[in-house]
Amino acid sequence: MNIISVRNLHKTYNKGKTQALKGVDFDVRQGEIFGLIGPDGAGKTTLFRILTTLLLPDSGTAQVDGYDVVKEYKDIRRHIGYMPGRFSLYQDMTVEENLAFFATVFNTTIQENYHLVEDIYKQIEPFKHRRAGKLSGGMKQKLALSCALIHAPHVLFLDEPTTGVDPVSRKEFWEMLQKLKTNFHLSIVVSTPYMDEAMQCDRIALMQGGEFLTIDTPQGIINSYTDTLWTVRSDNMHRLLTDLRKTEGVKTAFAFGESHHITVDASLTFDALRQKLIDLGYQKIQIEEITPSIEDCFMHLQN
Amino acid sequence: MKALKYLLVKEYKQMFRGYLIPALFVLVPFALTNLVPRIATQEVSNLDIAVIDNDRSSVSKRLTEKISTSKFFNFQSLCGNYIEAYDLLQRGDVDFIITIENGIEKNLYREGTAKMMLSVNSVNGMKGGLGNNYLTQIIMQYTKELNEETGYSMASPMNIRPRFLFNSQLDYKPYMIPALMSLGLILLMGFLPALNMVSEKEKGTIEQINVTPVGRLEFILSKLIPYWTVGLFIVGFSMLLAWKIHNVVPAGSIFLVFLFAVVYIMTVSALGIIVANYSDTMRQAAMMMFFFIIIFALTSGLVSPVSSMPDWAQEITRLNPVRYIIAALREIFLKGSTFTQLLPQFIPLCIYGLVTMTCAVFSYQKKQ
Repeated sequence: MNIISVRNLHKTYNKGKTQALKGVDFDVRQGEIFGLIGPDGAGKTTLFRILTTLLLPDSGTAQVDGYDVVKEYKDIRRHIGYMPGRFSLYQDMTVEENLAFFATVFNTTIQENYHLVEDIYKQIEPFKHRRAGKLSGGMKQKLALSCALIHAPHVLFLDEPTTGVDPVSRKEFWEMLQKLKTNFHLSIVVSTPYMDEAMQCDRIALMQGGEFLTIDTPQGIINSYTDTLWTVRSDNMHRLLTDLRKTEGVKTAFAFGESHHITVDASLTFDALRQKLIDLGYQKIQIEEITPSIEDCFMHLQN
Repeated sequence: MKALKYLLVKEYKQMFRGYLIPALFVLVPFALTNLVPRIATQEVSNLDIAVIDNDRSSVSKRLTEKISTSKFFNFQSLCGNYIEAYDLLQRGDVDFIITIENGIEKNLYREGTAKMMLSVNSVNGMKGGLGNNYLTQIIMQYTKELNEETGYSMASPMNIRPRFLFNSQLDYKPYMIPALMSLGLILLMGFLPALNMVSEKEKGTIEQINVTPVGRLEFILSKLIPYWTVGLFIVGFSMLLAWKIHNVVPAGSIFLVFLFAVVYIMTVSALGIIVANYSDTMRQAAMMMFFFIIIFALTSGLVSPVSSMPDWAQEITRLNPVRYIIAALREIFLKGSTFTQLLPQFIPLCIYGLVTMTCAVFSYQKKQ
C-alpha cells in the first residue's frame, strides 16, 4: 500500500522563471524509509513543503496518507510529523515544555504516545528542564524528532535532518530511524545531500534540478550501473584529472576525495593506461577496479 | 479552538521568561505618566525680560515691580536705552523688551492714555505668543488697579474676563496624560505582537505550527490576547499613577476609559499582526511599525490640535485611530463626557477594530 503518491508535480518560483519541480512522479510504500538524495537546489525542500501542505503546487497531484495535499490539507496536518531542516522549536522554552506543547496542540499528551518517543526522549530526559536553545546540536535534533513524533503521525517528513551534524550523531540518528521503522512500522521520507546515507534507505530517489534521475532500492541503482569503474591515483592528482579526461578510452573522470574515479571503454586495459601515464611523467601510479557507490551512480546518471 | 488554551499558556510563559519585556510594561506607563508631563509641559515660565524705563515715575516703577514679581517672568535688567536692551536680546539673555515712554505718568493722568512698546523675540513662536499674552494681562490688571486707586477712569480698549471651562487652571497635565496613555499603548501593543510574530518567522518555529491542525484564528488570537490583557493592565496602572502622582482622575466614568481602551488596543495590536504578516524580518516589521506610529502620533492631535490643521489634513486624520482615542480620553478625563456624547469617537474606532482584526486573520497564510 502506498502512503504517498505523487503524480506529475510542478512548481515554479519568481513567476515561472525558476523551475523548482519539473514534473515529479513517485510513490512511497507504507512502512518504508524513502530517501530523497540530491545536491542543494535539487528541489528537495520544495517537494517537502508541498507534501507537508505548506506550499501549493502549480500543477499535478499529491496524496499523503490518502488525502489530497490541496483539498484535504487539514486531514494531512493531523497525521504527519515534520522536522524542517533548520532547528525550529521554541528556544526559550524547556525541553519538556516544548514536547508538552507539541503534544497538546495535536490534542494529545506526552503519556499517551510516550512509547513512540521513549527510546529517543530518554537520552535527553536528564536535561528536560534546560531551555531548548541551550542544548547541544545532537540533543536539539533528538528533541526535534521527539516533538515531530509525539502525536503519533502516520508519516514522518525529515528535511535534511543530518546536515551539520557530526558523524557519530548522524549514525545514531539513522539507527533511531531504523528502530522507528521496525518497531512502529512508521513510514519515513527523508532528504539528504549525503550520498553515503542513501544505503540506509529502503528506496531512494536521486534528484537533480527539479527532476528525479531514478527511483529504486540503493542496491538496484548500483546493480544497474553497467560501466567499468576504476580508481586512479598518482603523485600529481590535479594534473592527472585533466590528462585522464584527454586519454582515449576514458569516458568520464571525476575527483572523488583522494582518488579519481573513471569509467572506461572495453578497449582500455590497466597496463595500457599505466603505460600512458608513465609516458606523461607520473609516478606512484595506482589503478584498481571498484564497485560503484551511490555517488558514482549519481554522477553517471547526471551525464 | 481546543488548542487556544495551550497556545496561550505558551505565549504567557514566553512573555515572562525574560525580564526586559515585563519591565517595559511597568516602565513605559511610569515614564509617560510621571516623567513626561513634567518635562514636556506647554506652560511657559522663566521668560527673561528687560525693561527700559524712560519715565522713572512711581507709575513706571510699580509696573516694573509687577513684572519682576510675576511667576512667568525673570526680570533680567533695567536698560538705559533700546540699543542696550536689543543687544541683550541678540545675545539671547532676554526674549522680551518693554519700553516705557517718557512722561507716561503725566500723560496717563492728563490725557487718559499712555504708550508702551513691547518687543518680543518670536523665534520660538509659542513662547513669544504666550509671553505676550501674559504681559498684556499684567498690564491690564495694573490699569485696573490704578483706576480703582484714583477713581479716574482710563479708557481700556476692552474688558476681557476669560473663564476657562473644564480646566480652569489651564493645567497641562490632565490634558496630556490621556494622550500619553494612548501613545504608550500603541508603542507597546503595536510593536510587541508584530515583533513576536515575525520572530516566529525568523526562527522558523512558525513552520512547526503551520503543519499542525491549529487554525489561523486560534493562532492569531494566541498572539493577541496576552497583549490585550497587558494593555488593560497598563491602562489601569497609568490611571493609578496619574491619580497618585498628579491627582489627575477622569471626570467621567472609568469604565468608559476601559471600554475605549479595549477597542483601541484591539486595533493597534491587529495592525501589528498585519505588518508582521507582510514582513519577513524583524527589521522590516520594526521599520514599518515606526512609520505607522510616528505618522499616527503626529497627526493625532497629541502635539498640535486636529482643529488647527488645514482642512485636507483634518480629513486625512480620520484614517488615524489614535486621533479618536486621544479625543475620547481627553473628553472623558476633562469634560466627563458620557457614552452617547462620545459615539462620534466610538463608532470609527470600532470600525477600525473590526477591519484590522479581519485583515490580521486573513493576511496570515499557513500556506504559500
